[in-house]
Amino acid sequence: MTLKDKTAVVGVGATPYWKRGQSAPETELSMACTAILAALDDAGLTIKDLDGFAIYSNSCDPATVGQTLGMEEVRFAATLTSGGGGCAGSLGLAAAAITSGQAECVVSLMTLQQLNRRLGGTQVGDAPPSSGGGGSPYGSNAIPPGLAYRSASGLLSPGHQFSLLTQRHMHLYGTKREHLAKICISQRKNALNRPTAIRKEPLTMDEYFDARILSDPLCLLDYTMETDGAIAVVTVSAERAKDLKQKPVYIMGSANGAAGRWGSAIFTYFQMPDEYFASSGHRTVAKRMYEMAGVGPKDVDVALLYDHFSPMVLMQLEDYGFCPIGEGGRFIDDGNIYFDGGSIPVNTHGGHLSEAYIIGMTHVKEAIEQCRGTAINQVKDCEIALVTGGPAGLPVSGTLLRAA
Amino acid sequence: MSELKRGVFPPTQYDPYADEANQPFWDAALKGKLVCSKCDNCGTFVMSPQPRCFVCQHKDFTFVELPGTGEIYTYTVVRHPLRPALDQVVPYVSAIVNLDGTQGAGARMQLNVINCDPEKVRIGDKVRIIFDKVSDTLAVPRCEPA
Repeated sequence: MTLKDKTAVVGVGATPYWKRGQSAPETELSMACTAILAALDDAGLTIKDLDGFAIYSNSCDPATVGQTLGMEEVRFAATLTSGGGGCAGSLGLAAAAITSGQAECVVSLMTLQQLNRRLGGTQVGDAPPSSGGGGSPYGSNAIPPGLAYRSASGLLSPGHQFSLLTQRHMHLYGTKREHLAKICISQRKNALNRPTAIRKEPLTMDEYFDARILSDPLCLLDYTMETDGAIAVVTVSAERAKDLKQKPVYIMGSANGAAGRWGSAIFTYFQMPDEYFASSGHRTVAKRMYEMAGVGPKDVDVALLYDHFSPMVLMQLEDYGFCPIGEGGRFIDDGNIYFDGGSIPVNTHGGHLSEAYIIGMTHVKEAIEQCRGTAINQVKDCEIALVTGGPAGLPVSGTLLRAA
Repeated sequence: MSELKRGVFPPTQYDPYADEANQPFWDAALKGKLVCSKCDNCGTFVMSPQPRCFVCQHKDFTFVELPGTGEIYTYTVVRHPLRPALDQVVPYVSAIVNLDGTQGAGARMQLNVINCDPEKVRIGDKVRIIFDKVSDTLAVPRCEPA
């Protein structure tokens, strides 16, 4: 038994996107409410219909949203663990809630405001951190005993850590900065005609190579932007979806997780086996997702690949089977990822690198629009869209959406 | 904070805040020795100490001294100072180092590579793990070209 085609995404709503910290006086709660109500309205539903939360990265507190919006009853409130890796998988969690009869109308969302905190900021501060202990809200405020092993390493941010994966990939397979540049340029081109995109100036190869290196081999343009905003999507049963306002977008297959020893991966672990150290960590997830959907990479019409760092697009092209392992650079060189004429258009919305960074939800929104046929950069005859979350610590996730 | 030196990432803690399982590593570090926990059942090296062996799930480990050398598995040269004070420290090299004497499943450490030319560091370079005593209770690990 699987959840294949048993549920459909029927509504999507979003706030505007702002540069980091510029969304005040909005709050994460106010933006979440706006996005949820917009998604319900898009579907032709109201707050009376909503009864579940299938989220990731603890994106909101269902208790607070439930009381703020006056929901009649919350019947399902669950989050995938870890961080942005769960964004695509939150649709699978919504489908699981619905197909198991626990809820009927489930929202997945992210709301993000980076006023006082920066996701890309330092993980090891000037002073010893005041919290830790494995992330349990019931844990002590003790400094984790494992911290001292790495606190003098100088690895402070996700960017530093993804640089390590990238350097290893370059060493093993001959991947070059030119390949990363082509990802950035392609996605920038896709963002140029989008009113919602934050980076809208054309990008040239020379400009890419003039950009400041932050941590070898990654430059400023390989790093995601930091932005504020919220996006929500609403999922219901395939049966119920037939009578709603929008053309249903069916959830064909969804998987989250990773190999056990992918673990927390680049963030604290670094003991991943050699065979998949220089990867996106998605290989086992990709396999399960395709098996559930009964399709393969050749059937996918558009790929919305999580791109907090450009090289992770390249590694996901490999791990999702669009090209062999190690061939990502050459695959990009051959023009395969371009919206205009590529064999598998990638991040047709500009992605985190050029449109906005709402921790993967812009990718989910674009996948839905591509399947509805309403995307700004619409892939012709798009039937199947792949959307992914992560690379990050376990779980990472992938979901296949299908046009009605 | 101690005096800043280009290429040397300054300590951010002055005590390991170690629990019982981790204290032997830091005791050895104060003596300039690199030790690693080794599974009593199957011999797998686990860095840092964990409650269970990831190969055989046994829970008993013994700390053994390693040669104290290793090889750069991957690295980055950090050029942008994430905190203002690091302006005097960048560029510095941070690496994942495969530790000699733990071959097989392998054990790695995240280390600042010092006493090197950041432009010449490469994957596969041999390094030596060194300890910098920053307080009576903590010697921080770094490495330098061997």
